[in-house]
Amino acid sequence: MRLFTFHANTATSAMGSLEPTLNVAINGAGATFPAPLYNAWAQDYGQKRQVSINYQAIGSGGGIKAISARSVDFGATDSPMTDAELAQAPGVLHIPTCVGCVVAAYNIPGVQASIKLTGAVLADMFTGKVGTWNHPSIVALNPGIKLPAVRVVPVSRADSSGTTAIFTSYLARVSASFKTEIGEGKSVNVKVGVKGKGNDGVAALVRQTPGAVGYVELAYAEKNNMPFATIQNAKGNWVVASIKSATESATAKDLPGDFRAMITNTQDKEGYPIAGFTWLLIYPNAKREVKDFIRWCLTDGQKSAAKYDYAPLPESVRRRAFAAIGK
Amino acid sequence: MSSLARTPILRQRRLANGLFQSICAVSAVVAMTILGYILWFLLRQGLEYFKPTLFIRLPDNVNPALGGIKHSIIGSAGILFIALGISLPVGILSGIYQAEARGKLSQSVRFLTDVLNGIPSIVIGLFVYAIWILPYALKHPGQGYSGLAGGAALGIMMIPLVMRTTDEMLQLVPQSLWDASLALGTPRWRTMLLIILPAARNGIVTGVMLALARVAGETAPLLFTVLGNEFEGPFTGPIDALPLRLYKYATSADPVQNSIAWSTALTLILMILTLSVIARLITRSGKK
Amino acid sequence: MNLPGGTIHGAGDRYNWRDSAYVSAITIASMVLMALVLAIGSALLWQSLPAIRTLGLGFITSHEWDDAAGKYGSAAFLSGTLYSSLLAILVSVPISICSAIFLAEIAPKWIRLPVTFIIELLAAIPSVVYGLWGIFVLIPLLRDKVMTPALASPSITKIPIVKSLFTGAGYGPSMLAAGLLLAIMITPFITAICRDILNAIPSMQRDAAAGMGCTQSETILKVVLPSAAPGLIGAVMLGFGRAFGETMAVTMVIGNMTPNTPDGKSLGLFDPGYTIASAMANKFTEATPGIATAALIELGLVLFVTSMLINFAARSLVKVAMRRLG
Repeated sequence: MRLFTFHANTATSAMGSLEPTLNVAINGAGATFPAPLYNAWAQDYGQKRQVSINYQAIGSGGGIKAISARSVDFGATDSPMTDAELAQAPGVLHIPTCVGCVVAAYNIPGVQASIKLTGAVLADMFTGKVGTWNHPSIVALNPGIKLPAVRVVPVSRADSSGTTAIFTSYLARVSASFKTEIGEGKSVNVKVGVKGKGNDGVAALVRQTPGAVGYVELAYAEKNNMPFATIQNAKGNWVVASIKSATESATAKDLPGDFRAMITNTQDKEGYPIAGFTWLLIYPNAKREVKDFIRWCLTDGQKSAAKYDYAPLPESVRRRAFAAIGK
Repeated sequence: MSSLARTPILRQRRLANGLFQSICAVSAVVAMTILGYILWFLLRQGLEYFKPTLFIRLPDNVNPALGGIKHSIIGSAGILFIALGISLPVGILSGIYQAEARGKLSQSVRFLTDVLNGIPSIVIGLFVYAIWILPYALKHPGQGYSGLAGGAALGIMMIPLVMRTTDEMLQLVPQSLWDASLALGTPRWRTMLLIILPAARNGIVTGVMLALARVAGETAPLLFTVLGNEFEGPFTGPIDALPLRLYKYATSADPVQNSIAWSTALTLILMILTLSVIARLITRSGKK
Repeated sequence: MNLPGGTIHGAGDRYNWRDSAYVSAITIASMVLMALVLAIGSALLWQSLPAIRTLGLGFITSHEWDDAAGKYGSAAFLSGTLYSSLLAILVSVPISICSAIFLAEIAPKWIRLPVTFIIELLAAIPSVVYGLWGIFVLIPLLRDKVMTPALASPSITKIPIVKSLFTGAGYGPSMLAAGLLLAIMITPFITAICRDILNAIPSMQRDAAAGMGCTQSETILKVVLPSAAPGLIGAVMLGFGRAFGETMAVTMVIGNMTPNTPDGKSLGLFDPGYTIASAMANKFTEATPGIATAALIELGLVLFVTSMLINFAARSLVKVAMRRLG
């Protein structure tokens, strides 16, 4: 049977730089956390080259599984692979690409302003101990804001997610009860509220459900104009999630050689406490085009990361990551 | 005599009759209204982005309002084509077997075909993933997901429908045609190929197109087999399809993508409608 | 091989290579079909063996599905699937059967063809499209007009049966949304089959009843429906089977989590739920190879076997009914 090969033809490429003549197709799958950035990078990168980078955001767990099964050219995750997972994918490299913030976006009827939350209160919201928005612990943190007696609806992830890993890693560090009741990791058993698929699903549910609070990457909250909470970090400062505070929390950390580490609950004064690296997963013998793309991400791409609401890597990390790609 | 017509019992029965008829009529109206409302809502929401850029552009992930779903349309069309390639030979030939043979074997085939028809589509997608994509990816790292696999999954779903329709249409062909042809000494294969099949052709084509319309909207089997794509791609690799794109944009948080989802749904419905209408027209033209 | 009506030998009837090729071709195609079905069944069984061996019967009885802890129990998914399909049938069957009666018996002739055409078109609307409508129209509607008022109303909490049904979290995505959406989806399907069954009943029965002075309703209720009963039940079961295996529309509106009760089951319609097909759709792309994947494939096996049983029973009923009415 003759295999059909479809290529975008030159006629359509004349229509706009969105459709280059494609020669090489690269496929990647993984985390939804950096998906807006990766898709934007893929578009920028592909405009001037004969490469189409197809990134499908199926969640960190999906990315790890796909690269382990070798069904994609690269994977992506915001939760570093565990030793057990690495055993299934021997030789895989973690290449950090940027730093992002996990924010607590909310939908409180009548409240558009930014509210303050501590990690402990946030943890109690997700275990069900804080059930309404006018609970004393929330009111105490936000004296000037009139909070309605509306139910708190925590929105968590239905799929295996690095964003969940980052969020629960932070909550487990600041709340012993959260650590015992729910624990941390890519998939946790939050018993209250609703669950969405992907960062997109959570953001959509928060937007559509009155009283909802959900954890999403900063870019998703910004893009959809959703208010998110200001969090008190380990040094007692109230920090708003931003590119600056993300970079602060990343510089204070000494990343191990294979780049696998969680940087939540940073001890840095100005750092945002729920920040994390995100990694691309490749094998050392990945295709040349894949490595060229990642090298671009670590050089030219870093300059545009801020434009898309993600913090570029600290310089020391960037240099090490570039070297780790190899030939 | 006329007093009989006005007895209370008769009036009661007439009332009950009217009541029952009304209930049935109201049910039909309610069912049609709800479904009609869904379609009308779809039309209203979908028209916003239902413009030429939808069909000639690829998605724009930086500025979604500028993008389109051209690759999903091509992908869906290609997958259906591949599904035809798998289901037509197996389906039509097995259908002919059913019409020709009447033994124990044909009954087992018929039973297993019914089983195949009842398998939920997600299970079929899982099967194709386990049997084809996983082993292929191990041998060819970086590859695995493909439009071919997706087309295969849809083709498997179509086989029972094509087989049953071929069988039924062949049985409708008058016995006299068979008898006359064979009495004249025409070999069996020639009888079937040149006389019986052409007589049943319209019905079979209708059945095939209806089967296509049925699988065109299936998403679950594609979830694990084609991965999805933001670009056009060769069918030997990941591609996109209308139902997949619809699912992705429907569950997105971006209101623009939500709106494009409605337009994608409209496109999908139009495609299915076209297939169904053409199928009906073929039946109608055959009846002349 | 016998032809209907017997084998015919005519002049020049030579069994040449072309005929053998023809016979081989059609037999091979049938063998391929059989092999395919057997392959699917055995692949499912084979790949879920690790889970069957490790989890045993606990897979069906336990309701805890916790990847991290290595616990895989599908009871909550099973009950969710059953509950949503039952809801769908309860809501859809009265409307479908009455509509089918209307179309087959009561409606004037000029209405029947266009309406039948429309119903068959409606049956072709894909599941994702219903899901899309469910997310943006049905869920907000149910949440604002049904759940919030019901949960806030003091009188509802007093009526005994209603009280345990019209309760639950009430966030929007819920068993109620899934059940209603499924009902809407299977209505054209069941209506079409019932209409065919009713049309197959010979008019002699109706004429006889009319001749004895029955009103149309009496004819339908006392003569036509009893004859059609097995077939109608079969049609309903087919609809149930369809709802049972439905994936996309349900995933988009049911909430994708098991209700927050000790045994993972809840009668509350406003609670979110989880079905077998949704669990597979959501969890499969990230299931680690090994027992996690095997457990999900075992879910697929459960779905495969139950759908097969339901469909088989349903088709037998329909076939029996059609044959009886000939």
